[in-house]
Amino acid sequence: MSLMPYDEVLDAYEPALGLEVHVELNTASKMFCGCSTEFGAEPNTHTCPVCLGLPGSLPVLNGKAVESVIRIGLALNCSIAKWCRFARKNYFYPDMPKNFQTSQYDEPICFDGFLDVEVDGVTYRVDIERVHMEEDAGKLTHVGGATGRIQGADYSLLDYNRAGVPLMEIVTKPVLGTGAAAPRVARAYMTQLRELLRALGVSDVRMEQGSLRCDANVSLAPRGSDVLGTRTETKNVNSLRSVERALTYEMQRQGAVLASGDRVLQETRHWHEDAGTTSPGRSKEQAEDYRYFPEPDLVPIAPSREWVEELRATLPEPPEQRRRRLVTEWGFTELELRDVLGTGSLDLIAETVAAGAAPAAARKWWSGELARRANAAGVELDDVGITPGQVVELQGLIDAGTINDKLARQVIDGVLAGEGSPAAVVEARGLAVVSDDGALAEAVDAAIAANPDVADRIRDGKVQAAGALIGQVMKAMKGQADAARVRELILERLT
Amino acid sequence: MTELLHSTAADLAGLIASGLASSREVTQAHLDRIDAVDRSVRAFLHVDGERALAAADAVDAKRAAGEPLGPLAGVPLAIKDIFCLTGAPTTAGSRILEGWHPPYNATVTQRVLDADLVVLGKTNLDEFAMGSSTENSGYFTTHNPWNLDRIPGGSGGGSAAALAAFEAPLALGTDTGGSIRQPASVTGTVGVKPTYGCTSRYGVIAMASSLDQPGPCGRTVLDTALLHQVIAGWDPMDSTSVDAPVPDVVGAARVADVRGLRLGVVKELSGEGYAPGVEQRFREALDALADQGAEIVEVSCPNFRYALGAYYLIMPSEVSSNLARFDAMRYGLRVGDDGAHSAEEVMALTRDAGFGAEVKRRIIIGTYALSSGYYDAYYGSAQKARTLIARDFENAFENVDVLVSPSTPTTAFRIGERADDPLAMYAADLCTIPSNMAGNAAGSFPCGLAPEDDLPVGFQVMAPVLADDRVYRVGAALERALADRWGGLLTDRLWAREAAAVGGAR
Amino acid sequence: MALTTTDVARLAALARIALSPDEAAKLAPQLDVILDAVAQVTEVAGDDVPPMSHALPLTNVFRADEVRPSLPAEAVLAAAPAVEDDRFRVPRILGEEQ
Repeated sequence: MSLMPYDEVLDAYEPALGLEVHVELNTASKMFCGCSTEFGAEPNTHTCPVCLGLPGSLPVLNGKAVESVIRIGLALNCSIAKWCRFARKNYFYPDMPKNFQTSQYDEPICFDGFLDVEVDGVTYRVDIERVHMEEDAGKLTHVGGATGRIQGADYSLLDYNRAGVPLMEIVTKPVLGTGAAAPRVARAYMTQLRELLRALGVSDVRMEQGSLRCDANVSLAPRGSDVLGTRTETKNVNSLRSVERALTYEMQRQGAVLASGDRVLQETRHWHEDAGTTSPGRSKEQAEDYRYFPEPDLVPIAPSREWVEELRATLPEPPEQRRRRLVTEWGFTELELRDVLGTGSLDLIAETVAAGAAPAAARKWWSGELARRANAAGVELDDVGITPGQVVELQGLIDAGTINDKLARQVIDGVLAGEGSPAAVVEARGLAVVSDDGALAEAVDAAIAANPDVADRIRDGKVQAAGALIGQVMKAMKGQADAARVRELILERLT
Repeated sequence: MTELLHSTAADLAGLIASGLASSREVTQAHLDRIDAVDRSVRAFLHVDGERALAAADAVDAKRAAGEPLGPLAGVPLAIKDIFCLTGAPTTAGSRILEGWHPPYNATVTQRVLDADLVVLGKTNLDEFAMGSSTENSGYFTTHNPWNLDRIPGGSGGGSAAALAAFEAPLALGTDTGGSIRQPASVTGTVGVKPTYGCTSRYGVIAMASSLDQPGPCGRTVLDTALLHQVIAGWDPMDSTSVDAPVPDVVGAARVADVRGLRLGVVKELSGEGYAPGVEQRFREALDALADQGAEIVEVSCPNFRYALGAYYLIMPSEVSSNLARFDAMRYGLRVGDDGAHSAEEVMALTRDAGFGAEVKRRIIIGTYALSSGYYDAYYGSAQKARTLIARDFENAFENVDVLVSPSTPTTAFRIGERADDPLAMYAADLCTIPSNMAGNAAGSFPCGLAPEDDLPVGFQVMAPVLADDRVYRVGAALERALADRWGGLLTDRLWAREAAAVGGAR
Repeated sequence: MALTTTDVARLAALARIALSPDEAAKLAPQLDVILDAVAQVTEVAGDDVPPMSHALPLTNVFRADEVRPSLPAEAVLAAAPAVEDDRFRVPRILGEEQ
């Protein structure tokens, strides 16, 4: 697959984004029955006649799920439907027990909202077309064949524990005018949406567990054209990083297709995390006929104004306002704020500060060292392997002089390797700073003896030459020394 | 023992409660009767004598212990094989569900069990309740006890035939377009479709969700009301269930008084296509009710003529979706799983093998009616026709207390007569469908035998939404007036005829 | 509106019924007759008539978000045509993940 250099894509074309986000709600029970939504149970143990679609069973809507969706809609500045219904989306697939999905079609519960997202200090408004409710499907495991994937499998196994878990779909309108920032706007949208959903407490928003899923659409139109190009829909985008990478790739791929005189096919594409590429899936040009009709087993939802206002009163502080408040409270600069937003570390910093760390220290770790490590490992910052509580502990060890910044990085290595809490890692790896002057003095004397010329320069008053000796001592001490104290000892002897 | 068979459910409950008969005796009598006659009637798909006797013994033990008994405790009951019942096969009359044992009870099933009724077994029906004759059953055709060459109606022909053959004093049915009332009509028994939402659909295998409604079947109006009282009422497992008190149907059946009540005869449900004997007995029933003090007026419901057409769009559409779950993946029949066929192919092979012709016909019509580009013209228009039909009812009920009509245009037709003519078959539901479309209560009551073929004619009473008691009030008054004239129930004649035949054979 | 045998075959495929060509040929005229009979419904109601989807105008029927016991796994799998590792075993699936 040939790709067009990214800059050239932007020279010739204007991208239009579209994001369809599925969010699993964190209700205790499923959308239409009382089975638990807990993740990771034994297969088919969280199932009943309703979520198995047994003959005769009927759905009853989870009121909490409706509340959650209305709250999300309100937080996304949506209008709330005065009256809406569920519909049946009819298609056969073994992971759907009824062979129709109970969803919303032309009457979504929330519509016409927006979310403002910030990239490099520029605010982009992402218009929300709709937020609607639906149910999740069961989980397929493919057996046989080479890859464990569906193609080439001998047969498949089905676990319906996930069938009927409440899902919400948030669909944006086409997002225009983002130019070269398009993939980063998409990522920022996902990051800030996740932050919002977390603040609302309506979902676990774990992308790797599938509780937050993104289908990323993009199309290219020649610059100056007011007609949208043909879009592709990329599925299986399971991390914030992938959103940005997949869209960048698709833009470059589509750019190459258009430049060669071909047309872009309207199709579903699959994102391959390891290869960093997309591959074609189902062609949307032969769209399936879903035969939607209003779900006769459920009655309409007609949220009263009072109910909606009650729910509005439970909303957390709007994200933009919260960001401004926090950075003011924490005393961050604009540049530092951009770093924080760019690395998606706001919530983690907030949690770390709440757990007792100084804001500057929390920021230094999360949007610095830890963000770099997450990026290098290709994981989300949330999943990098250290908790806000452990960061507080780490900083506490530094403040107490037990370790220094350099040792702290080794402590992080240990924590990420699963060796336990920072204190346990310090203990196990023997990383504490050596504060015994005896051992230190010996190392200082040895360094002076080994470098008589340097020692002479210091005696002559060139104090800055001490750096070389300090380096030698630190090396001898394997870093486990307080550099300031080493400097003191050297100067005591030579001046 | 034969007296036990001939008794009403109300009387049987009285005998059992007072200790004059045990539930075991009553149950055994009915099991023996099934053994004797079901070879020719073929009302039952499944009979479980052991289970029935065990349930009867439990009731007898309760009585012996002095525990309070419900008004139908110990009375045998037949259940249409579309209600989920644990420990028994539930097939909906389809081969695709052959041998399926549901892991849960329908709410209505649970209520009859909790009320200590004794379940004899599951009765035959048209496959997934689609038909008016039981000829569409995936297993066999049920015969009408009045004339074994005739259909017993459908889809609940098994339940109605079991009542008319004195195999059970009570039965459960479901009514989507007339599946309780039309079989009641052609077997000379009583059947009521409650107001939509008044009996729970939970655990009843769905045909058309917005129309289906479970209901009671009996030989007398009071028996039917007693069963109605047991099964009706709000169910949190059915979102479309109404959280309102059950109307006093038993009281209405006992009062049986129509003085001052205005009965509206629906002009459109008569004339061409209606058998002369049906119209004659219907008119006589009106006269009998007028004699009891009812006021008879004629009413026009012009939109009823759209009911059948709208029904045959809405019902198959919902059927096509409801029956999608029968796909060979989780339960039921699986055909073609030989390692070579894909899941998709196994689904299609199984559905072709497991569904009968009528079911396939309706699934395909429904698939067509819902497909993109046709939805508004078909399903959408039919939903609007529903509104117009409901408005006809509302307008009529401003002037009259109930509407009345024959229950079905003809008496029981011959088995095989309409099998290749779907439209003729569908016409059997002409009078019953409007109440399914509007959701109001309606019942069918025996009003005599048509002179031309000596087969039962049904009298339909349609009452406003949530006024189910009026159906019973009028039905009971009619039953009393005709019993005075005839010296008993219509089914008593069948009983007497059989006794005479048996006596003659001796 | 006449339905051809090809239309019926396409609808049968959509409804996952492996109709034989004979069955499709037999069904097509039957379906035509039925569709003709229902055709008058399509012209009955104008835009001023609201569609009726439910017999009673109920709204907002909700369940509390409470976990209730699920079925025992053996009851769930008892009716399955094929089971492996406590999962329903189904033939290989054509196409792709939905």
